[in-house]
Amino acid sequence: MKQLTWKDLPIGGIIIEPGNARRNITGTWRTERPVIDQDACIRCRICWMYCPEPAILELDKPYVTKSGKKYDVTYEVDYDHCKGCGICAHECPVKAIKMVSEVTG
Amino acid sequence: MKVYFRTIKDLPVDEYYGPGQLTCAGCGPSIAVRWLLKAAGPDVIVVNATGCIEVTTTSYPYTAWSVPYLHVAFENSAAAASGVESALRVLRRKGILDTKAKVMVIAGDGGTYDIGLQSLSGMLERGHGVLYVLYDNEAYMNTGIQRSGGTPHFAWTTTSPVGSKLKGKVQRKKDIMSIVIGHHIPYAATANIAYPIDLANKVKTALDYLVEGPAFIHVLAPCPPGWRYPEEMTVEIARLATETGYFPLYEWDHGRIRFNPPSNAHFDKSRRKPIIEYLKRQGRFAHLTEEDIKEIEKEIDEYWDYLARLAKAFG
Repeated sequence: MKQLTWKDLPIGGIIIEPGNARRNITGTWRTERPVIDQDACIRCRICWMYCPEPAILELDKPYVTKSGKKYDVTYEVDYDHCKGCGICAHECPVKAIKMVSEVTG
Repeated sequence: MKVYFRTIKDLPVDEYYGPGQLTCAGCGPSIAVRWLLKAAGPDVIVVNATGCIEVTTTSYPYTAWSVPYLHVAFENSAAAASGVESALRVLRRKGILDTKAKVMVIAGDGGTYDIGLQSLSGMLERGHGVLYVLYDNEAYMNTGIQRSGGTPHFAWTTTSPVGSKLKGKVQRKKDIMSIVIGHHIPYAATANIAYPIDLANKVKTALDYLVEGPAFIHVLAPCPPGWRYPEEMTVEIARLATETGYFPLYEWDHGRIRFNPPSNAHFDKSRRKPIIEYLKRQGRFAHLTEEDIKEIEKEIDEYWDYLARLAKAFG
């Protein structure tokens, strides 16, 4: 992250861009990352609902599972911002989210 | 409460909070604020008292908020919000500004139970159309887990330590809802981050009532470092708080009290889960003996007796 000086800041120290905290890459805090098994996922939206960041993205990406079931949406993890708390994996009703260590694998 | 969102599929997609805020992993208040703003939509002005959410979302030169935002001190969030609301009303009356923007205060338990109680009481008494949301993580977590008026009996904090003389906090949790209802405002409700559909419906209902007067929502938001539990348990612990009867979900709507599922079945004690399920998952209650747990159980039973009497009188 580039260090800002007073010359870069707007007069009065105001913030002119809403929600610019997304430039904080909080994903570096993580020790375990959630990995979603797209074939096991039933698109119930629970991980998306309980994510504190929000780092679970609901994408309009159609997906056909191996067993032939069609879905209009896909849930993916925003690894730039996910802090690896594991609420999604803990709350998933079908255990489609696994926490994988960032160190070993 | 009017039902705006019936199922999980009806919940709004747009985000007005985060990502990139510096809250801890598994932050309960972060889930609460995310759903407050998603339910309220873009037409809202947030007034935020000092606290965890303020410190973590506004690390200069970044902001996690995508709505107009005003940070004020611990004690005057409700007073500042009263001013914002009055200014909007005058500008609308004079035809200078054409906006339907609502004002929402977000304050923690320290900023509501203790330091900000006078400004909250003043705002409710003057009848400003402001929604005041208390996110309750049951201590001053931001400054290092000091006890507040919202800390429950027997909970460990750094200023109510556990040793040979003291066993955590000596006093009981303040009943803020009864204090607020005592001001005879149109709407007050409790909500829980484990039930976001209920929370979103209550926020929308409260914002609709603001033309009549103030509204208040008390949201329970567990804190992993302060309550001493692994961060993936946040939602499970919040859900257990309601299922064990520790934190009932109910609302005060124009002089009527109504209990929301699952708390509406909890007047019958056998329908509540044992309180030990809630306590044993948290390190702040790790020192409790059998007798202490019996005492907490007795306090919860007394609280439910009180609620049952309220429900009988105002149901």
